[in-house]
Amino acid sequence: MSDTRMLEAIASLVPPGSRVLDLGCGDGALLAHLQAERRCSGYGVELDDANVQACVRRGVNVIQLNLDQGLSMFGDQSFDVVLQIDTLQHLRNAETVLQETARVGRTGIVAFPNFAHWPNRLSVLAGRMPVTRRLPYQWYDTPNIRVGTLSDLEVLAHRIGLRIQDCFGLHHGRVVRCWPNLRASTAVLKFSR
Amino acid sequence: MLIAQSQTMYFDAALALQSGASIRGYSLSYETYGQLNADRSNAVLICHALNASHHVAGVYAGQPGTEGWWDNMIGPGKPVDTDKFFVIGVNNLGSCFGSTGPMHVNPDTGKVYGADFPVVTVEDWVNAQARLLDTLGIGQLAAVMGGSLGGMQALSWALQYPDRMRHAVVIASAPNLNAENIAFNEVARRAIVTDPDFHGGHFYEQGVIPKRGLRIARMIGHITYLSDDVMNEKFGRELRGAVDGTARAGYQYSTQDIEFQIESYLRYQGDKFSDYFDANTYLLITRALDYFDPARQHGGKLTAALAAASCQFLLVSFSTDWRFSPARSREIVKALLDNRRDVSYAEIDAPHGHDAFLLDDPRYLGVVRSYFDNMAKEPRT
Repeated sequence: MSDTRMLEAIASLVPPGSRVLDLGCGDGALLAHLQAERRCSGYGVELDDANVQACVRRGVNVIQLNLDQGLSMFGDQSFDVVLQIDTLQHLRNAETVLQETARVGRTGIVAFPNFAHWPNRLSVLAGRMPVTRRLPYQWYDTPNIRVGTLSDLEVLAHRIGLRIQDCFGLHHGRVVRCWPNLRASTAVLKFSR
Repeated sequence: MLIAQSQTMYFDAALALQSGASIRGYSLSYETYGQLNADRSNAVLICHALNASHHVAGVYAGQPGTEGWWDNMIGPGKPVDTDKFFVIGVNNLGSCFGSTGPMHVNPDTGKVYGADFPVVTVEDWVNAQARLLDTLGIGQLAAVMGGSLGGMQALSWALQYPDRMRHAVVIASAPNLNAENIAFNEVARRAIVTDPDFHGGHFYEQGVIPKRGLRIARMIGHITYLSDDVMNEKFGRELRGAVDGTARAGYQYSTQDIEFQIESYLRYQGDKFSDYFDANTYLLITRALDYFDPARQHGGKLTAALAAASCQFLLVSFSTDWRFSPARSREIVKALLDNRRDVSYAEIDAPHGHDAFLLDDPRYLGVVRSYFDNMAKEPRT
């Protein structure tokens, strides 16, 4: 999530003063922003050594864990908001981690690249996997082991019994509510248990 | 190169110990590096592990090869930067590296303590360290840092003196020893006390040293500090001549002589250790390790125990450390999370086992450097 517009769009979904857990927090930029601009507190979870170091350097609490091994370290409903921004597509146990997100947080916010965005559809229609700014990898070297769409995310959330509070698209940092599955490069789901 | 200078501070007033005993008229050896700043806010206390001392960094003047045990971590421009922080290394009570220990004279009896040296705990050490800081005029530490047994002291500091520190850096440590760890300590202690030269701990008067016991204790300890992979990589099944130490091609078919390179290495480590370490100190320190268990007073609930802490934490563990495994560090992290404390945790995927906390791993040193760099920038109240 290098796009600062997307960072700000996600941050605006987090109520000021929230206790936040950011799963796959990267270099901690979002948490640092939430701490500085919205008086939030909390922790990031990250696997990559360089990212862990970057978080520590900017004074963001970070716990080095593999999310695929679960969230047993975190108590039930111990966070106001659990974020999972551009993380789910990298996880082997995506469904379990989504359920765990709902256990640990009162509210969960998940965002990931929407494979149904129209340029991706065109690319697949033309017979090739999409390579875009949002999905910049070739099919054979992508770290995204899950590809899904906004609609897929909604269906999964229903199936595991999450209470959907909001579901919309983000594109260039702007909220897309009209035909989001077609028009937005990022799918966003806000839910509770 | 940092030049280290050992200092000693004498304490006349009695220190009450956790056992109910007290100790009077004792000295603590310590070293300091860097400058204490004007508002006395940049002091970092380094707690040592089992077989280390107050000599944390630098070399003694004119004595090359005398680098402190954490010289890769502490010094000018190093992760714990002595250009920014005033670092204090202190030698614990009961040690054999300068502070009052079993080989010293008990002022109450005029006799060498030997086995009569009172049993000291991690909490006692922390109290003694706090007294040293009082005398140095340091009210609040920027950080307390330690690895292994030193990490236990850092954790204990956070519980005993929560207002006297802003950060605890706990590396390759645990909230208590598990049964396997206590078992290893017990084997080491039995090796020492059953050595015919031990004389119930009063061997000083006999002019002997229970070297055989110390050698075995060290061999056991050393095995547990390494990982299987590192041992195999370093020694494998390589054969080694008993007399000349050269590589050999075939077996000697002897049960007494050195056959494998790993045996030769362990004997060498054991011999070296028995030349400088004190048997009674080894017993005392391994017992302090066994006893440490802050959750004990809270019905075994670590979360309840750590509620007393208010500082920020950095914890680091190493994936192949089976003596103080990452799972044990995660227990501490979880208890801190339950208490909503500020905590960061790095789990370094390193091959070296427990010893990794003393070695150069760029990810490990990098995360500690980042933590202290950030600490140096924070506003002080």
